[in-house]
Amino acid sequence: MNVTIVDYKSGNISSVINSFEEVAKDKVNIEVTSDLNKIKSSDKVVLPGQGSFKSCVEALNNINGLTDILNEFAITNKKPLLGICVGLQMFADIGYEETETKGLGWIAGKVSKIDNQNGKFKLPHIGWNQINIVKDSKIFKEINNNSHMYFVHSYEFIPEDKNVISATTDYSSNIVCSVEKENIFGTQFHPEKSDTIGLKIIDNFINL
Amino acid sequence: MLKNRIIPCLDVKNGRVVKGINFVDLKDAGDPVEQAKIYSDGGADEICFLDITASNENRDTIYDVVKKTSKKCFVPLTVGGGVRSVEDINKLLNCGADKVSINTAAVENSKVVIDSSKKFGSQCIVVAIDAKKNGDKWEVFTHGGRNNSGIDALVYAEKMENNGAGELLVTSMDRDGTQVGYDIELMSKISSRVNIPVIASGGVGNLDHLVDGIKLGKASAVLAASIFHYGKHSVKEAKDYLDSKGIPVRI
Repeated sequence: MNVTIVDYKSGNISSVINSFEEVAKDKVNIEVTSDLNKIKSSDKVVLPGQGSFKSCVEALNNINGLTDILNEFAITNKKPLLGICVGLQMFADIGYEETETKGLGWIAGKVSKIDNQNGKFKLPHIGWNQINIVKDSKIFKEINNNSHMYFVHSYEFIPEDKNVISATTDYSSNIVCSVEKENIFGTQFHPEKSDTIGLKIIDNFINL
Repeated sequence: MLKNRIIPCLDVKNGRVVKGINFVDLKDAGDPVEQAKIYSDGGADEICFLDITASNENRDTIYDVVKKTSKKCFVPLTVGGGVRSVEDINKLLNCGADKVSINTAAVENSKVVIDSSKKFGSQCIVVAIDAKKNGDKWEVFTHGGRNNSGIDALVYAEKMENNGAGELLVTSMDRDGTQVGYDIELMSKISSRVNIPVIASGGVGNLDHLVDGIKLGKASAVLAASIFHYGKHSVKEAKDYLDSKGIPVRI
């Protein structure tokens, strides 16, 4: 089996690579690439994302044909894809970080700044917070409700259809922190930085 | 609920830990990778490396340390010390650091913080502020505490937030190494002034100091070095203690 981590030259993906390699050991082949043919032929795709919504979307668009291939992979062929952090946020129709930017439009909704309640809550939302699992998700197999995950973000994904939400976390408001829509999975938190419990989520995705 | 973080810090010189945990079963007490792994296995919420390598020719040793650690530790790794440029930050991130802390360079050239937070995102840019009390204000020091910039630390903290820092690592130079506790006044003043998280550092001698840093100093995270070294306290003990005092921690 091949799992491809999409390297679209935006942000730091070393930790994502290290964690997938740790979990995959020799059983699964982990590719890190922006090569369209390799992405197309892989079994699973991971879409990381660091920095702003705008910079990540721009970086995706800078690689000719990449969004088309991702659309084909996730929407037409319905193969498993995991978005992490801004990778998840880009599933939305639109994001409001820096300026209004169009997302991939895979899950209807928007990405807006977390309401810090007039400075009562610090932003970014950095650190370990518990997840409240609201629906069975294949990537949460053997993950206990209220497990701690590592977060670092100032924007949140607000999907229109609440049925896609698989987990939320409690900060200044109830923040969507995981989604599952058919073959599309996403985590706002960083499983690659969430200790052994995070690695278990990666393992679940690899073993889908 | 968001938990307060406990961050053990390791001083690394020429690729070796200078002060560290002194367990009898440690194979190599000077190996930063092994020490970091002990901390992360013990429940550390983050690991911090401070590179205090003096000479330029040994500067590259930290990259190798970060590379090896990031393959073994799956909690956030912050690396600081001697970070001068956007290129230095890029190199550390590529080696597997999750955040980079910038100290002297942020004072000397504010473009470093502005440019790096734009390029890599604020989430990985930590500005380290070394502050020392002078009369009724605190001044920012650079070059490992040797030079006084004369800049007001509170004004500077706000400026760094505006420049794109995602977090501030605030060290009281008056308290650093004294083990008498954090400079609570400094921590709470800076924390109240900015809307980004503050990590308190400098002066921890016992577990009550960690409690004070969070409760009174309003810090989101507490960093400590020596209390975790030589097995005085484990990270687990610190967390259990904070928990017993009603502070939310990840256990």
